[in-house]
Amino acid sequence: MKVIESGNVAAALGVKLCRANVIAAYPITPQTPLTEKLSEFVESGQMKAEYIPVESEHSALGVCIAASSTGARAFTATSANGLLYMHEQLHWAAGARLPIVMCVANRGVGAPWTVWNDQQDSLSQRDTGWIQLYAADHQEIIDSVIKAFYVAERTSIPVMVCYDGYILSHTHMPFEVPDQEKVDAFLPPFRPGYALDPDKPANLNTVTLPETRNNIRGETAHGYMELRYLLHEDMRNAIDVVGEAGQRFNDVFSSSGTAYLDMYKCDDATFVAVAMGSLSLHLRVVADILRDEGIKLGIMDLKLYRPFPDKVMADALKGKEGVIVMEKAISYGYAGPLYSDICSALYTHAMDESLGDLPFIYNYILGLGGRAIRTTDLVDAIRPICTGGAAKDQPAWIGLKL
Amino acid sequence: MGSRECGQITSHSEPGPGDGGRTGSWRVLRPVINLDACIPSRRKVESCFICWLYCPDGVITRTIPPSIDYEYCKGCGICAEECPTKAITMVEETSVALEEK
Repeated sequence: MKVIESGNVAAALGVKLCRANVIAAYPITPQTPLTEKLSEFVESGQMKAEYIPVESEHSALGVCIAASSTGARAFTATSANGLLYMHEQLHWAAGARLPIVMCVANRGVGAPWTVWNDQQDSLSQRDTGWIQLYAADHQEIIDSVIKAFYVAERTSIPVMVCYDGYILSHTHMPFEVPDQEKVDAFLPPFRPGYALDPDKPANLNTVTLPETRNNIRGETAHGYMELRYLLHEDMRNAIDVVGEAGQRFNDVFSSSGTAYLDMYKCDDATFVAVAMGSLSLHLRVVADILRDEGIKLGIMDLKLYRPFPDKVMADALKGKEGVIVMEKAISYGYAGPLYSDICSALYTHAMDESLGDLPFIYNYILGLGGRAIRTTDLVDAIRPICTGGAAKDQPAWIGLKL
Repeated sequence: MGSRECGQITSHSEPGPGDGGRTGSWRVLRPVINLDACIPSRRKVESCFICWLYCPDGVITRTIPPSIDYEYCKGCGICAEECPTKAITMVEETSVALEEK
């Protein structure tokens, strides 16, 4: 069924189709309409779930952690400072290997206070051990939520589905709502590897010693470092799981989404601009404009940020002359986080195998705190890079009026 | 054999003896029961068992006479503190070791 709705409603419809058992969330702009929609679904009986109102985001994720520990399918959503307030619990959810799904309607973080879009909130949570997916439009939001539960439950790693606040959360677009029967076929009921059981009491995630130890059956149980390794190992393997989920999703729903990189005119491109989220669709217009001027620009939209599909990225950029990384976030004191990751991927795989000459990489920071991103500014920023006339300072900022 | 064989992906422990290792080795002071002063031992009926109730490690049995599992007793001394007849005294482990020699 095709509907015209907001991005927040697309996310809520995805959660409903996935038959989440427990929802706990605290309202924050621009995520609020998503949780309002879910509470409406639960209250009206359209969705059989516990909606647990909480007094903070820290508690929201705490409730999801508890619910998921009992084997329930749990969901929460937030934005900006709400996500940051969850920070401690983000690490906990990942370390406890709970397949919680969370939507983040991306928003700039305070101070100073802002409610408008950038991606600093979720990107600053990069190292919490969550899988991060980025959606570029409403169809990708609803599809990503459904895939997220599948990937989370396959890997026992929580998944964040990120989409741009306002630009996607509050705009209305047509999108296809998958059939319930097909979602049920794609996503079987959650069968946890372990769930709390009053008849078999256990301590979960108690003080774990630096060394391995024997458990009550005399088996060698993990020390802290073994658990960290296993999370990292499963995160790396999750790259394939995300790919497999994407393939399965396309088979079940006759869809054509991509798991890692959505490419636009990249095959013959000399230069490639890389971005995450709705900006990548905006950049397609820029590619068309510059192609009219004879500049062969392609656009890559990265869907999976963590685990980072470094090999896919390095292969996709092989043979390109230049790469321009466009980011709505910055790692203060260095560069955009995605820029660093792409540099690292190219360098790593250049050592592994002969990639030929590495492309030059340029980094732009733009759109922070909702600063308008104008097509003309994008064209003016990218053109000189492709014609050898760009300034050398990195990262460069677009639209700065200092 | 590495810890991967345990099949867990989280830190997960079940209540039971030895989950934290042989914690008896931590003990500096050893609780020793004087059965002449111990209420259930003297009266030969189920009674008192305050030591059993208070032991935070569950290493004292609810039997006549009560017995202490020194494999896991950490020597905290709560049983000696709580015993209403002062039947339990805390003895230096070094002196016990010397005696055993």
